[in-house]
Amino acid sequence: MKTFNISHRTKSGLEVLDLQGELDAHTASQLEDALKNLIHNNKSNIIVNFQELDYIASAGLGVFMAYIEDVRSNGGDIKLTNMNDKVYNVFDLLGFPTLYDIMQDEMQAIEKFLEEEG
Amino acid sequence: MAKLETYKKTVGASTENLSDIRDFVASHAQKYGFDDNIVADIRLAVDEACTNIIKHAYSNDPKENLEITIEVDDEKFMIYLVDRGDGFDVKTYQKPDLKKQIEQKKRGGMGVHLMLNLMDEVTYQVKNNMNVLCMSKNRN
Repeated sequence: MKTFNISHRTKSGLEVLDLQGELDAHTASQLEDALKNLIHNNKSNIIVNFQELDYIASAGLGVFMAYIEDVRSNGGDIKLTNMNDKVYNVFDLLGFPTLYDIMQDEMQAIEKFLEEEG
Repeated sequence: MAKLETYKKTVGASTENLSDIRDFVASHAQKYGFDDNIVADIRLAVDEACTNIIKHAYSNDPKENLEITIEVDDEKFMIYLVDRGDGFDVKTYQKPDLKKQIEQKKRGGMGVHLMLNLMDEVTYQVKNNMNVLCMSKNRN
Protein backbone atom coordinates (compact mmCIF):
# COMPACT_ATOMS: atom_id res chain seq x y z
CA MET A 1 0.00 0.00 0.00
CA LYS A 2 1.37 3.39 -1.01
CA THR A 3 1.48 6.28 1.36
CA PHE A 4 -0.41 9.50 1.21
CA ASN A 5 0.33 12.32 3.61
CA ILE A 6 -1.27 15.66 4.17
CA SER A 7 0.08 18.46 6.28
CA HIS A 8 -1.27 21.87 7.21
CA ARG A 9 0.53 25.20 7.59
CA THR A 10 -0.44 28.87 7.40
CA LYS A 11 1.23 31.39 5.14
CA SER A 12 0.37 35.09 4.83
CA GLY A 13 -2.76 34.37 6.87
CA LEU A 14 -3.91 31.67 4.41
CA GLU A 15 -4.37 27.97 5.07
CA VAL A 16 -2.07 25.73 3.04
CA LEU A 17 -2.51 21.96 2.71
CA ASP A 18 0.54 20.13 1.36
CA LEU A 19 -0.25 16.82 -0.34
CA GLN A 20 2.31 14.06 -0.73
CA GLY A 21 2.19 10.61 -2.32
CA GLU A 22 -0.76 9.01 -4.09
CA LEU A 23 -4.35 10.24 -3.76
CA ASP A 24 -6.93 7.60 -4.72
CA ALA A 25 -10.29 6.24 -3.51
CA HIS A 26 -8.54 4.80 -0.46
CA THR A 27 -6.65 7.92 0.63
CA ALA A 28 -9.20 10.58 -0.42
CA SER A 29 -10.89 10.43 3.00
CA GLN A 30 -7.77 11.97 4.59
CA LEU A 31 -8.04 14.98 2.29
CA GLU A 32 -11.76 15.17 2.98
CA ASP A 33 -11.16 15.20 6.76
CA ALA A 34 -8.53 17.94 6.44
CA LEU A 35 -10.83 20.15 4.33
CA LYS A 36 -13.83 19.54 6.57
CA ASN A 37 -11.72 20.47 9.58
CA LEU A 38 -10.71 23.80 8.01
CA ILE A 39 -14.29 24.61 6.98
CA HIS A 40 -15.56 23.66 10.44
CA ASN A 41 -13.11 26.18 11.91
CA ASN A 42 -14.36 28.89 9.51
CA LYS A 43 -11.16 28.85 7.50
CA SER A 44 -12.12 29.50 3.91
CA ASN A 45 -9.03 30.86 2.15
CA ILE A 46 -7.35 27.59 1.31
CA ILE A 47 -4.41 26.71 -0.90
CA VAL A 48 -3.74 23.08 -1.75
CA ASN A 49 -0.13 22.53 -2.81
CA PHE A 50 0.39 19.45 -5.03
CA GLN A 51 4.19 19.75 -5.26
CA GLU A 52 4.86 16.32 -3.70
CA LEU A 53 1.76 14.58 -5.07
CA ASP A 54 2.73 11.88 -7.57
CA TYR A 55 -0.69 10.57 -8.56
CA ILE A 56 -4.38 11.45 -8.40
CA ALA A 57 -7.55 9.50 -9.30
CA SER A 58 -11.03 10.97 -9.70
CA ALA A 59 -11.92 10.19 -6.07
CA GLY A 60 -9.36 12.86 -5.12
CA LEU A 61 -10.94 15.40 -7.48
CA GLY A 62 -14.34 14.48 -6.07
CA VAL A 63 -13.32 15.92 -2.69
CA PHE A 64 -12.75 19.33 -4.29
CA MET A 65 -16.11 19.06 -6.08
CA ALA A 66 -17.93 18.35 -2.83
CA TYR A 67 -16.55 21.26 -0.78
CA ILE A 68 -15.81 24.15 -3.15
CA GLU A 69 -19.36 25.56 -2.87
CA ASP A 70 -19.21 25.61 0.95
CA VAL A 71 -15.93 27.50 0.87
CA ARG A 72 -17.03 29.97 -1.81
CA SER A 73 -20.33 30.68 -0.06
CA ASN A 74 -18.24 31.67 2.99
CA GLY A 75 -16.45 34.22 0.78
CA GLY A 76 -13.34 32.09 0.32
CA ASP A 77 -11.88 29.78 -2.28
CA ILE A 78 -9.76 26.67 -2.72
CA LYS A 79 -6.85 27.35 -5.06
CA LEU A 80 -4.75 24.49 -6.37
CA THR A 81 -1.02 24.89 -7.04
CA ASN A 82 2.25 23.22 -8.11
CA MET A 83 0.79 20.22 -9.93
CA ASN A 84 3.03 18.00 -12.04
CA ASP A 85 1.94 17.51 -15.67
CA LYS A 86 0.32 14.11 -15.10
CA VAL A 87 -1.75 15.32 -12.17
CA TYR A 88 -2.77 18.50 -14.06
CA ASN A 89 -3.82 16.38 -17.03
CA VAL A 90 -6.45 14.60 -14.92
CA PHE A 91 -7.94 17.91 -13.75
CA ASP A 92 -7.85 19.14 -17.34
CA LEU A 93 -9.60 16.03 -18.75
CA LEU A 94 -12.45 16.58 -16.29
CA GLY A 95 -12.85 20.27 -17.08
CA PHE A 96 -11.60 21.72 -13.79
CA PRO A 97 -9.46 24.59 -15.17
CA THR A 98 -12.51 26.68 -16.13
CA LEU A 99 -14.09 26.35 -12.68
CA TYR A 100 -11.10 26.31 -10.31
CA ASP A 101 -8.01 28.50 -9.96
CA ILE A 102 -5.13 26.16 -10.77
CA MET A 103 -1.78 27.93 -10.51
CA GLN A 104 1.78 26.92 -11.28
CA ASP A 105 3.14 28.31 -8.07
CA GLU A 106 1.88 28.80 -4.52
CA MET A 107 3.00 32.46 -4.59
CA GLN A 108 0.58 33.21 -7.46
CA ALA A 109 -2.28 31.82 -5.39
CA ILE A 110 -1.29 33.96 -2.41
CA GLU A 111 -1.20 37.07 -4.62
CA LYS A 112 -4.61 36.24 -6.10
CA PHE A 113 -6.13 35.83 -2.63
CA LEU A 114 -4.65 39.18 -1.55
CA GLU A 115 -6.04 40.86 -4.70
CA GLU A 116 -9.47 39.35 -4.11
CA GLU A 117 -9.46 40.57 -0.51
CA GLY A 118 -8.24 44.06 -1.47
CA MET B 1 -1.67 -17.40 -34.77
CA ALA B 2 -0.46 -14.30 -32.92
CA LYS B 3 1.39 -14.93 -29.71
CA LEU B 4 -0.70 -14.10 -26.66
CA GLU B 5 0.74 -13.56 -23.21
CA THR B 6 -1.43 -13.53 -20.12
CA TYR B 7 -0.90 -12.22 -16.59
CA LYS B 8 -3.35 -12.46 -13.71
CA LYS B 9 -3.72 -10.90 -10.28
CA THR B 10 -6.50 -11.45 -7.75
CA VAL B 11 -7.05 -9.15 -4.78
CA GLY B 12 -9.79 -8.59 -2.20
CA ALA B 13 -12.36 -5.96 -3.23
CA SER B 14 -10.98 -3.21 -0.99
CA THR B 15 -9.70 0.22 -1.97
CA GLU B 16 -6.54 -0.46 0.04
CA ASN B 17 -5.48 -2.80 -2.79
CA LEU B 18 -5.79 -0.14 -5.50
CA SER B 19 -2.12 0.84 -5.37
CA ASP B 20 -1.03 -2.80 -5.78
CA ILE B 21 -3.36 -3.16 -8.77
CA ARG B 22 -1.95 0.04 -10.31
CA ASP B 23 1.62 -1.15 -9.85
CA PHE B 24 0.85 -4.59 -11.29
CA VAL B 25 -0.65 -3.14 -14.46
CA ALA B 26 1.93 -0.35 -14.82
CA SER B 27 4.90 -2.69 -14.47
CA HIS B 28 3.61 -4.91 -17.28
CA ALA B 29 2.79 -1.90 -19.48
CA GLN B 30 6.33 -0.63 -18.97
CA LYS B 31 7.76 -4.02 -19.86
CA TYR B 32 5.97 -3.89 -23.21
CA GLY B 33 7.62 -0.57 -24.04
CA PHE B 34 4.85 1.98 -23.53
CA ASP B 35 6.20 5.43 -22.72
CA ASP B 36 5.65 7.02 -19.31
CA ASN B 37 2.58 9.01 -20.38
CA ILE B 38 0.79 5.95 -21.75
CA VAL B 39 1.74 3.93 -18.67
CA ALA B 40 0.19 6.72 -16.55
CA ASP B 41 -2.99 6.59 -18.67
CA ILE B 42 -3.29 2.82 -18.22
CA ARG B 43 -2.57 3.09 -14.48
CA LEU B 44 -5.35 5.66 -13.98
CA ALA B 45 -7.93 3.94 -16.22
CA VAL B 46 -7.49 0.64 -14.35
CA ASP B 47 -7.67 2.42 -10.97
CA GLU B 48 -10.95 4.09 -11.98
CA ALA B 49 -12.47 0.85 -13.26
CA CYS B 50 -11.43 -1.10 -10.15
CA THR B 51 -12.67 1.68 -7.85
CA ASN B 52 -16.09 1.48 -9.51
CA ILE B 53 -16.22 -2.30 -9.12
CA ILE B 54 -15.05 -2.22 -5.48
CA LYS B 55 -17.50 0.51 -4.51
CA HIS B 56 -20.54 -0.19 -6.65
CA ALA B 57 -20.45 -3.89 -7.56
CA TYR B 58 -19.02 -5.21 -4.28
CA SER B 59 -19.88 -2.42 -1.79
CA ASN B 60 -16.33 -2.45 -0.35
CA ASP B 61 -16.61 -6.09 0.74
CA PRO B 62 -12.99 -7.37 0.96
CA LYS B 63 -14.24 -10.99 1.02
CA GLU B 64 -15.18 -10.54 -2.63
CA ASN B 65 -12.39 -11.10 -5.12
CA LEU B 66 -11.41 -8.76 -7.89
CA GLU B 67 -9.57 -10.45 -10.74
CA ILE B 68 -7.40 -8.46 -13.11
CA THR B 69 -6.22 -10.17 -16.28
CA ILE B 70 -3.78 -8.67 -18.75
CA GLU B 71 -3.56 -10.11 -22.25
CA VAL B 72 -0.97 -8.90 -24.69
CA ASP B 73 -0.75 -9.78 -28.37
CA ASP B 74 1.19 -8.17 -31.21
CA GLU B 75 -1.34 -5.38 -31.57
CA LYS B 76 -2.90 -4.68 -28.21
CA PHE B 77 -2.34 -4.51 -24.47
CA MET B 78 -5.70 -5.53 -22.96
CA ILE B 79 -6.93 -5.44 -19.37
CA TYR B 80 -9.96 -7.55 -18.43
CA LEU B 81 -11.92 -6.96 -15.22
CA VAL B 82 -14.67 -9.38 -14.28
CA ASP B 83 -17.23 -8.91 -11.53
CA ARG B 84 -20.52 -10.41 -10.42
CA GLY B 85 -22.07 -7.20 -9.15
CA ASP B 86 -24.77 -4.97 -10.59
CA GLY B 87 -23.97 -4.32 -14.20
CA PHE B 88 -23.02 -1.01 -15.70
CA ASP B 89 -23.18 -0.24 -19.39
CA VAL B 90 -20.56 2.22 -20.61
CA LYS B 91 -22.63 2.78 -23.76
CA THR B 92 -25.44 4.46 -21.83
CA TYR B 93 -22.97 6.67 -19.99
CA GLN B 94 -23.12 10.45 -20.41
CA LYS B 95 -20.38 12.92 -19.70
CA PRO B 96 -20.84 14.50 -16.27
CA ASP B 97 -21.65 18.22 -16.07
CA LEU B 98 -18.97 19.46 -13.68
CA LYS B 99 -20.54 22.88 -13.08
CA LYS B 100 -23.89 21.37 -12.18
CA GLN B 101 -22.31 18.75 -9.94
CA ILE B 102 -20.33 21.37 -8.04
CA GLU B 103 -23.48 23.43 -7.48
CA GLN B 104 -25.23 20.34 -6.16
CA LYS B 105 -22.14 19.26 -4.15
CA LYS B 106 -22.21 15.95 -5.96
CA ARG B 107 -19.17 13.93 -6.83
CA GLY B 108 -18.64 10.80 -8.85
CA GLY B 109 -19.40 9.77 -12.39
CA MET B 110 -15.95 10.91 -13.45
CA GLY B 111 -14.25 7.53 -13.58
CA VAL B 112 -15.92 6.25 -16.72
CA HIS B 113 -15.26 9.54 -18.50
CA LEU B 114 -11.56 9.12 -17.72
CA MET B 115 -11.50 5.46 -18.79
CA LEU B 116 -13.07 6.34 -22.16
CA ASN B 117 -10.61 9.19 -22.67
CA LEU B 118 -7.46 7.43 -21.55
CA MET B 119 -7.82 4.08 -23.34
CA ASP B 120 -8.04 3.34 -27.07
CA GLU B 121 -10.98 0.99 -26.61
CA VAL B 122 -13.37 0.20 -23.77
CA THR B 123 -15.94 -2.57 -24.14
CA TYR B 124 -18.41 -4.02 -21.72
CA GLN B 125 -20.23 -7.33 -21.97
CA VAL B 126 -22.36 -9.56 -19.78
CA LYS B 127 -21.24 -13.19 -20.02
CA ASN B 128 -22.65 -15.99 -17.84
CA ASN B 129 -24.06 -13.42 -15.39
CA MET B 130 -20.63 -11.82 -15.08
CA ASN B 131 -19.77 -8.29 -16.13
CA VAL B 132 -16.69 -8.24 -18.30
CA LEU B 133 -14.97 -4.92 -18.86
CA CYS B 134 -12.14 -4.85 -21.39
CA MET B 135 -9.89 -1.84 -21.85
CA SER B 136 -7.11 -1.78 -24.38
CA LYS B 137 -4.21 0.28 -25.67
CA ASN B 138 -2.81 -0.22 -29.15
CA ARG B 139 0.86 -1.19 -29.14
CA ASN B 140 1.78 0.71 -32.30
